[in-house]
Amino acid sequence: MSAELETATSPEKLKRVVIEPVSRVEGHGKVTLLLDDDDRVQQARLHIVEFRGFEKFIQGRPYWEIPVLVQRLCGICPVSHHLAAAKALDQIVGADQLTPTADKIRRLMHYGQILQSHALHFFHLSSPDLLFGFDSDVARRNIVGVAAEYPDIARQGVLLRRYGQEVIKATAGKRVHGTGAIPGGVNKSLTGEERTALLEDIYQIIGWCRSAVQLAKRLHLSNVGLYNSFGVFRSNMMSLVGPDGDMDLYHGVLRARDSNGNLIFDKLDYSHYWEILTEEVKPWTYMKFPYIRSLGPDAGWYKVGPLARVQNCDHIPTPFAETERREFVDFGSGQPVHATLAFHWARMIEMLFAAESIKDLLHDDDITGDDLVTSGERRERGVGVIEAPRGTLIHHYRVDENDQATRANLIVSTTHNNQAMNAAIRHVAQRYLNGRKLTEGLLNHIEVAIRAFDPCLSCATHALGKMPFNVELIDAGGQCIDTLVRSSRERCP
Amino acid sequence: MSLSTAQADGIAPVLLFGIGNPSRGDDAIGPLAIEQLQALGLSGVELLTDFQLQVEHALDLVGRREVVFIDAAASGDEPFSLEPVFPAANPGAMTHALSPAAVLEAFGRVTQAPLPATYTLGVRGYGFELGATLSEAAAANLDAAVHMLVTRFTESPDD
Repeated sequence: MSAELETATSPEKLKRVVIEPVSRVEGHGKVTLLLDDDDRVQQARLHIVEFRGFEKFIQGRPYWEIPVLVQRLCGICPVSHHLAAAKALDQIVGADQLTPTADKIRRLMHYGQILQSHALHFFHLSSPDLLFGFDSDVARRNIVGVAAEYPDIARQGVLLRRYGQEVIKATAGKRVHGTGAIPGGVNKSLTGEERTALLEDIYQIIGWCRSAVQLAKRLHLSNVGLYNSFGVFRSNMMSLVGPDGDMDLYHGVLRARDSNGNLIFDKLDYSHYWEILTEEVKPWTYMKFPYIRSLGPDAGWYKVGPLARVQNCDHIPTPFAETERREFVDFGSGQPVHATLAFHWARMIEMLFAAESIKDLLHDDDITGDDLVTSGERRERGVGVIEAPRGTLIHHYRVDENDQATRANLIVSTTHNNQAMNAAIRHVAQRYLNGRKLTEGLLNHIEVAIRAFDPCLSCATHALGKMPFNVELIDAGGQCIDTLVRSSRERCP
Repeated sequence: MSLSTAQADGIAPVLLFGIGNPSRGDDAIGPLAIEQLQALGLSGVELLTDFQLQVEHALDLVGRREVVFIDAAASGDEPFSLEPVFPAANPGAMTHALSPAAVLEAFGRVTQAPLPATYTLGVRGYGFELGATLSEAAAANLDAAVHMLVTRFTESPDD
């Protein structure tokens, strides 16, 4: 399925449809579809011009600046980069075991990030499609329409975001550009006042998260035919799990399963990830395609993120989320769930897990401790891996004897999912677009498939005038036939 | 904290919100404007900054009389343009960031409160590469924009 529709046999004879956000802000991403004279899809590709300047940006910097600097790579999940970098630099300073306070403060920060990121995605970005339908009236299919018909959902989405930001502020020092995690530990713990303030609302937050899981589940189960088949493809799945196989989004060992749920590898130390994973380069895109080295590029690609994590772990160590995980797994009737739209259901289970984890950590006295930093034998190389909201995030640094970073390699979640997202859009293109006159609603099906993965192409700049999202239909002669713009409809002259 | 969207007491009537990444050349215009304004200690004005606008920033608008989003503009007037903002949603498959209009729309949706007078101050920038510093031309535009803001919020505080 993955290779089918990747490359058309005679592309020069085909019509080209481009779905392209003209944005430098979160990287450049576009979808191209090549159609024959009968409007049948012959080629479908997701192109992401991955931003690669960060390695150079980091080189030559003192290593202790890196956890703060890397937050400037991404305006969407800076905390994930902050923590992945700090974990890598723990190895540089020889901090193999953090103090209990440092470990728990970092976890608290991370679960605050997971909570706010998942809330944004489900409530703000995806709910209009899911609640109203993928090709419903575009004037209604937005968050304004959601607010009109489901005001509580819209309000809860904002307040869940804000709560996650408050957790980040309390642990990282401020809402933006926090400095909480440092090589070997953290530079602050929680005050009693911060702890009390966060505890005041956490039970309401958990209640809203439980409701969100029910909503995502209800949407899936109320239209199983669509949800199970839309953009579906079978693949391997990879994530961190805790040493005992529990869900752990902050730290653990690498585990991968094949499309039938059988283990490919387990309990692998990520500090030598390159022995397990490698990347393929394709001529039509700058973004690489990671795969499991032992399986090769055709069979070794995988998906990461909520759908992989919920099914890769053996157990979720918080009660409400574990109950939901069991129901999710039972839904698969003994087989892994590969439905692209099941990402939403799995994502809400993780959001509930994050909320419950925050509650548990807030009740742990270690978070107010004052033993914050540790160190050991200095090393030249450090690797940090974390399960960011969108999936596995790898940071890898080398530091010289002058304490300057000489090499950096980052593999971000969206890169891990590159092949998986391409597989999803090819399935959708073939199923829904073949032989039909393209409309905004049909093209939105492609966006729905991409959005399920919650890709982040962010490099955190977003100057005014750089944000439109448009779709261009170009015929075989290169003539623009039609243009669809998100905020309005324009015609080519 | 409180999970309330109600108006808080003692909130500054004016919010100036700088948007941008300090490490991406002229995209630093927003945060640099806030940095310069902080040094001036304007009365009745709160200053905030972030990389990108997100939905929870709607709650920062609660209780404001006037809000100005200060951002780098990749095109348009030099040295800057000041435009009113009206509520509008902006969905997208490949972005998480909101426009000022979308934040204003979210504000109305979650608070049901009257909208503050809201403007976007687009300060013309020219280069946005990671690791680049502010260009000379953008620095001049920034100076002009900050001067305008200081004039606007010190000489006519009751407008």
